[in-house]
Parts: sequence; structure tokens; C-alpha cells
Amino acid sequence: MEWDWAFVVQILPTLIEGVKITIIATLLGSVLAAIVGLVIAIIRRSSNRLISMPMGFIAEFIRGTPLLVQLYFIFYVLPDLGVTLSPLVAGVIGLGLHYGTYTAEVYRAGIDNVARGQWEAAKACNLSPFQTWTQIIMPQALPPMIPALANYFIAMFKETPLLSAITVLELMNQARSIANYNYRYIEPITMVGAFFLVISVVSVIGLRWLERRYGKID
Amino acid sequence: MGQWAGYLQLILDGAIVTIQLTLMGSVLALVMAFLAGLGRLSRIAPVRWLATAYIEFFRGTSIFVQLFWAYFVLPLFGFSLTPLQAGVLALGLNVGAYGAEVVRGAVKSIGKEQYEACIALNLTRWQGLRKIILPQAFVLMLPTFGNNAIELLKASAVVSLISLSDMTFQAQVVRAQTGNTLVPFLTILVLYFLIASIISLAIRGLERYLTRGLDGIRS
Repeated sequence: MEWDWAFVVQILPTLIEGVKITIIATLLGSVLAAIVGLVIAIIRRSSNRLISMPMGFIAEFIRGTPLLVQLYFIFYVLPDLGVTLSPLVAGVIGLGLHYGTYTAEVYRAGIDNVARGQWEAAKACNLSPFQTWTQIIMPQALPPMIPALANYFIAMFKETPLLSAITVLELMNQARSIANYNYRYIEPITMVGAFFLVISVVSVIGLRWLERRYGKID
Repeated sequence: MGQWAGYLQLILDGAIVTIQLTLMGSVLALVMAFLAGLGRLSRIAPVRWLATAYIEFFRGTSIFVQLFWAYFVLPLFGFSLTPLQAGVLALGLNVGAYGAEVVRGAVKSIGKEQYEACIALNLTRWQGLRKIILPQAFVLMLPTFGNNAIELLKASAVVSLISLSDMTFQAQVVRAQTGNTLVPFLTILVLYFLIASIISLAIRGLERYLTRGLDGIRS
């Protein structure tokens, strides 16, 4: 079987459609993961062990089980409980929850890195807990976290092909349907690999820039 | 009740395939991690380039795409793989690339004085690496290797999509036969979590075993 450039050009528009969905899923998933991670990190810091321990267990559980099975769970089990989600929404929720448990660790490290004196100073200035978080802790904790967070968003991008298993028409699914329809696998699957490699390499360059700009967590 | 026992058996059969995949994939990943990790530190430039190309390629593309490539595209070049072989190959090579960076980081983090001591004792480069550097570096690699093994376990679920009857695939079979979605998926989630917990416990035990007698030497 030979590589056929004419076929590549013919399937390119369909693949580009898939790339769009892939990027949309990654962006929405990243936003959700950033929020979920922050919520998990804050709940795990709670001094009430009845709240922090179950959250810790749930986060460990989500991190210890495959994203694919979680996606199946969200897409196939929730409708039985009366919650019907479109494939893309289910996929974004799955990505966001799964990677939220990873970003939670980044937030934890970032928050722990803020010097104790800052908390004490906030208390001495009579700031409320909300003010302490939004005005003192977060502005100092966030910038060093940015490269680590971006790293997970790139990792998430590489997991988006899993969404094809719950019928989202992203890049991988488009490629598979082309491959099955024309019975040519080399070009579509290789093109998907090439797309991923190009986008990852570009985003790694972006990541290096972020690292230089904001520094690393030790 | 009797029928559920049969379905549970089906899922446990899948669990064995998942464990096989994880073990064989981990062995391949470990070998590749050391080859590529030490390759990147080689004095010979082409070896460094080759190792870097391998690491960047497998970290840059998705495991899912690599698996499909191994299963659907390689046969067209004349390498026919069974689903299990394709799964082990893709998982091992992918996780090996992540492991290579761990090996490199750990070897580089060993203090300069250790290398100087090797030279002072007239050890060859290979002797120094094997007897002095790696025993110390390996302890540093272990925790991350444990995480990588869990990542491999989780990634192994995607082989169900190339029709290998692992745990996820069997859960789908049970779902198709019973029409019940909650029970099979919840069962395999718990099983995956159990296997992951066993991996992390085993790694912690191994770490304790390897660091015995090192107290006070390592900071």
C-alpha cells in the first residue's frame, strides 16, 4: 500500500473539522479542569476532616481510574439517572473532572509555596478569609503555577481522541470514519498523528516561553 | 444472582488481560526508559539525537493514535500484530518515553562528587554507572516510575477499542448482554482503583527495601 497525496488533500477538510472539535473540547475541558482543581484544592485544605478526607478519597479515585471508563460512565450511566448529555458535553465534563484532580495537586503545591508570613500578615490586617484568598494568597500563588497547569492542558489535549469512543466527532473519529469508509488507514491515522505532533510541538514551545516568563514551582 | 456470578467472571477474565498488559507494558517501558534516558546522556551525538527523537515523538503524539497506528497501519507495511502485541508495544513505547525523562533527571541529579569519586577509583564509565550512579539514581526514580505504571494501567483501557478483551471491553460486553450500565462500569472502576492502589503500595514497599541502610547518607 502506498502513500497517496491526492487522498490526503481530499480528506484534509474533514480532518480540519475534527481538529476544530478537538480544540474546542480541549479549551472547554481546560477551563473546567482549572475550576474543578481549585475547588478540590480548597476543600482538601479544609480543617474539618469530615470534608477534606472524603474529597481526598474521591480525587484519588478519579486519578486512579481510566478516563475512558469515566467517559463511558458519564455518557452511558447518567442517562439512566435522568441526566442526558450530548457527547461533547459529556466529554468535556469527563476531561475536566479527570484533569481537575491533577490540577488540584498543582494548586496545592502553589498554595503551600506562599510563605506563612503572608497568611499571618493577612490575619494581622484583619482581612476576611475571602479577602485573604483573593487579594493575598492567589495573586502570589497563581503565576508560578501557570507552566505546570499548561503542561496538564497539553496532556489533556493528547487524551481528547478518547472522546471518539463516546461518539464525539473529533479528529480521531473523523479519521476513523474516513478510514473505514475508504478502507485506507495509512493516510488518515498518520495525518492524525502528524496533527497531534505539530500542535504539541507548538504548545511545548509556548510552554517554554511560559516557564521563562513565570518561573517554575520548586 | 447466579447470572451475576457469570458476568463477574467475565469481568475478572478481562482484569487478567489488563494486568498482563500492565505488566508486559511496564517491562517494555522500563527497558525503553533506561535505553532512551541513558541514550540522551551519551557522549555519542547520534545516539543522543535518536533518543531525543524517540522521546519527543512518543510524548508528542497521543497514546490512542500510536495504538491505532500500530494496529491498523503497521500491518500495511508487513508487520502484523495481534491486538495484545500492538497494545503492549504502544503502551510500553509511550510510557517508556515518559520514563526516559525520569531516568535522565535522576542520573543528572546525582552529585558531581560521585562521578569524581568514580574517576578517582579508576572505575570505567560503565562500572561507575552500574555500581555507583544507578543504585542511587534508581531510588530517586522509583516514586515517579510508580506513577508512570499507574498511568500505563489507565492507558491500557484504550486497547478495548482495538477489540482486545480487557476489563473495559468485558464491561461493554456485560452491558450489551444485561442492559445494565451502572453495575459493570462501577465494578471495573473499583477494580482499576484496586490495581492502582496495589501498584502504589508495591512501589512504596520496594522503595523502603532499597533505601534500607541508606539513612543518614542521602539527605
